[in-house]
Amino acid sequence: MIAELGHFSLILALGLGVCLAVLPSIGVYRRHEGLMRLAGSLSAGLFVFLLISFSCLAYAFWDDDFSVAYVARNSNSALPLQFKLSAIWGAHEGSFLLWTLIMGGWTFAVSVFSGGLSVDMRARVLAIMGALSIGFMLFILLTSNPFDRILPVFPADGADLNPLLQDFGLIVHPPMLYMGYVGFAVPFAFAIATLTTGRLDAAWARWSRPWTNVAWAFLTVGITLGSWWAYYELGWGGWWFWDAVENASFMPWLIGTALIHSLAATEKRGVFKSWTVLLAIFAFSFSLLGAFLVRSGVLTSVHAFAVDPERGMFILAFLVLVIGGSLTLYAIKVSGIKSEAGFDWTARETMILANNLLLVTAAGAVLLGTLYPLIYEALTDGKKISVGPPYFNAVFVPLMLLLFAIMAVSPASRWKKTPRETLRRQFPALIGSLIVVASLVLAFATEVSVAVILIDTLALWIVANLVRDLWSKVANKVAKLPALFQQTMSYYGMLLGHLGIAVTIAGVCTTVYYTEEKDLRMAAGDVAELAGYEFRLNAMRQIKGPNYVADQGEVEVFQEGRSVVKLYPEKRFYAVSKNVMTEADIDPTLFRDLFVALGEPVGDDAWAVRIHYKPFVRWIWFGGLLIALGGFCTVLDRRYRAVKRSRQAAVTLGVAA
Amino acid sequence: MKFGKMKPQRRNRLMIVGLVVLSAGAAVSLALTALNENINLFYSPEQIVRGEAPRNTLIRAGGMVVENSVKRSTTDLQVSFLVSDMAASEVMISYVGILPDLFREGQGVIARGVLNDQNVLIAEEVLAKHDETYMPPEIMQTLAESKAKAEKNGTSL
Amino acid sequence: MSSLNKSLLIPLGIFIVLVVILAGGFGLKDPHFLPSQLIDQQFPDFALSELNDPSRELTADDMRGQVALVNVWATWCPNCLVEHPELLRISRDEGVPLYGINYNDDPFKARQWLVRHNNPFQFNIVDNKGKLGIELGVYGAPETFIVDANGVIRYRHVGPVSRRTWEETLGPIIELLETNPDGIKG
Repeated sequence: MIAELGHFSLILALGLGVCLAVLPSIGVYRRHEGLMRLAGSLSAGLFVFLLISFSCLAYAFWDDDFSVAYVARNSNSALPLQFKLSAIWGAHEGSFLLWTLIMGGWTFAVSVFSGGLSVDMRARVLAIMGALSIGFMLFILLTSNPFDRILPVFPADGADLNPLLQDFGLIVHPPMLYMGYVGFAVPFAFAIATLTTGRLDAAWARWSRPWTNVAWAFLTVGITLGSWWAYYELGWGGWWFWDAVENASFMPWLIGTALIHSLAATEKRGVFKSWTVLLAIFAFSFSLLGAFLVRSGVLTSVHAFAVDPERGMFILAFLVLVIGGSLTLYAIKVSGIKSEAGFDWTARETMILANNLLLVTAAGAVLLGTLYPLIYEALTDGKKISVGPPYFNAVFVPLMLLLFAIMAVSPASRWKKTPRETLRRQFPALIGSLIVVASLVLAFATEVSVAVILIDTLALWIVANLVRDLWSKVANKVAKLPALFQQTMSYYGMLLGHLGIAVTIAGVCTTVYYTEEKDLRMAAGDVAELAGYEFRLNAMRQIKGPNYVADQGEVEVFQEGRSVVKLYPEKRFYAVSKNVMTEADIDPTLFRDLFVALGEPVGDDAWAVRIHYKPFVRWIWFGGLLIALGGFCTVLDRRYRAVKRSRQAAVTLGVAA
Repeated sequence: MKFGKMKPQRRNRLMIVGLVVLSAGAAVSLALTALNENINLFYSPEQIVRGEAPRNTLIRAGGMVVENSVKRSTTDLQVSFLVSDMAASEVMISYVGILPDLFREGQGVIARGVLNDQNVLIAEEVLAKHDETYMPPEIMQTLAESKAKAEKNGTSL
Repeated sequence: MSSLNKSLLIPLGIFIVLVVILAGGFGLKDPHFLPSQLIDQQFPDFALSELNDPSRELTADDMRGQVALVNVWATWCPNCLVEHPELLRISRDEGVPLYGINYNDDPFKARQWLVRHNNPFQFNIVDNKGKLGIELGVYGAPETFIVDANGVIRYRHVGPVSRRTWEETLGPIIELLETNPDGIKG
């Protein structure tokens, strides 16, 4: 019954979605305020019914209702409760229901926090979001219904969740990622709504900014968690693989990063108006493209959901409709719009422009690398290739180094024109950073790498100039300490975001160059030496978990004869799904990780063992979280709360397409 | 994008357009060069046996791991196995390191590496697909082609 | 708002190229579009044992005489479990003989699996080496073939059989074959 209730709620939500897309639009067209005002309650209804629907699926998982096909395929009565619940989004159908629920959530949030918008604008934005959710709900109902039953004979127990996904990382990673993906629907809806009014002013940038920042921050958290999860769960010690699915989340992030900067320029200075609209369309388009790549099976990847042509066709059609439609609207409506303000080449506008160019180029390069196997196959009549990480590194790294250099000088820049003197003052810190980094590397590193010195210098330079900029804001104040805490939240957000990037750069670069790893054959009692540590395999034993049995190794690590830590890597065998899983064990500290994973038994009681020494690897994810924190910070800015209602209302009221 | 209306702005605009064109050109050529150097072509066991695959370049090869063909060294992590297109052709793959969890005899794998003079692929990476239901498309195609050929020649498997 | 600025169409142009690539790649990958050289050909010859009665040898002749469904399945295949209830229903309600090919599997596990989930098959061909599967051009499990009364393969379905698959494709095709054996081609 509950599953049917969930199905029924979803259909009701679809009905509400149709109303939300249609009624306020009619209201806008006929200037009927009552119809326009319906958008708010329809959004709430949409969200509530999606929530009911999702809860029903959650209940089916909690209740071990294996007559529901989706539950039977992805859960098992022996699965621990937290994984039963996260199994809801463990496969295609449920994860898309979560995606749709989040879409409903964002729509509802916009309807609640849109007090500053005119009735007309609010109706347009919500109607567009409603129309998007229609697409998502139709997709579920027509091609991927998670409520389908297996009747009359259903399995006594479920096929179990893929063990890779039985993990904390999976509980939080997809929801965060989807918050980001779907969150880009908000600036998209604002952009389209503005296009339909035909009045592309700076107001839409002000409305979109907080939403974009939050969505982007969620996406940042999602990607960071994904990288962390891959690191400890896939058992290879890697944290980024340039895998098609990773790229699918990374491209919207790159575009989103460009967008949050470009929105700032549009809001503050009225420049790049049409470009910013285009970026808003792109950011959401890349999210949809990501969904297509992951769910259509067009690209193979370790993360990909099972192949289903019907679903692929649906998403492709949806892509064509949404992206093609919005780009056409863009081409028609943007013609003739001019930016009024000019700026000097030293201006902050120039730097943002450079930032945008580099980020969009980087996203384009990633897209090219991701789709190149498809293009190649089509051009050469079916020859199969893969594009490896070297391609992505070769293209991506130079672009990013340029970007980081701009990032180091940009915080001190001014709109319109930056005094030459201010620009010049940014460079002494570069020399200082170089000296500090070089001496650190000479003092501590086993070997000297020019690349490491160069890149870590960039990172330190970024930080040094952030500190200098903050200082310049308080230096001429009488009460210096309070002044330190009286800057705007947007400013703190920028500081945190850029600081996070610097931390991530330092982490990535140091890890890449100084990681040491060995794959070894080890039997109990064997000792291996790596990076000044001795790893001793004390013993192998068998253990039993709730839904698996495992071979567990006890690896004791010594440094200069002193025991540092005991690690317990496991090789798990999940009985129901017949899956073998490597469960690495890691000793994390701020400056280095020790990573041990079991390979396979190689005879004579010996095991293949993988040991890694990874310096600074934590910094990658710590930096990612700082970046996200920066994004969330900006929303708390007072400007966004004290919205001047009357004036904004005057801007758009009564403007119908 | 439109910038400015005054004269110095026009000069600026020209500069920016020039910069954009230049950097876009640089980026595209960089991307294409990198792409050409870093694509790994896939070769089926049959192509390798016939000597169609290049030596000393990174290629990918794959097929089904032949039952009972996995041989391990007793001293280190060296392992070798045969992959087959389930028709006439088999290729030996040699690898030092840890095989993926889903590596099993009778399952499809893809290896990336360099062919030596004995037509053994010295692999630097071995991949097995995470989803057990379907094989990697390269292997699917290889199997389908060897099947089609077998039919045409009237030979049975 | 004068004439259309052509450069604004660039993004749309890039997007159209992208769609063409995606759609193209998609067509290449779609398993339903896979060519099956075996349509309208004789079911390949084989001589393999029966799952529950290893002493009994099965050949292609055992499948002649009636339009039948031949289902390729295995215990390691999650989607086989998904389609299983529908197979049980078909064998109970539809009066079509259903034969199984236990593909690349451990016969012992396969017998247990059938005991646990019930057995819809009239017999099961043990193909634990996967040879018959390869002759059939099977890429994975599950796959389902319709074989006519003369032992000619008439249709191939990749992926799990659902109620909808039965109602929209398998059922009508079988009905057609039963009423008019030579009426359809391909």
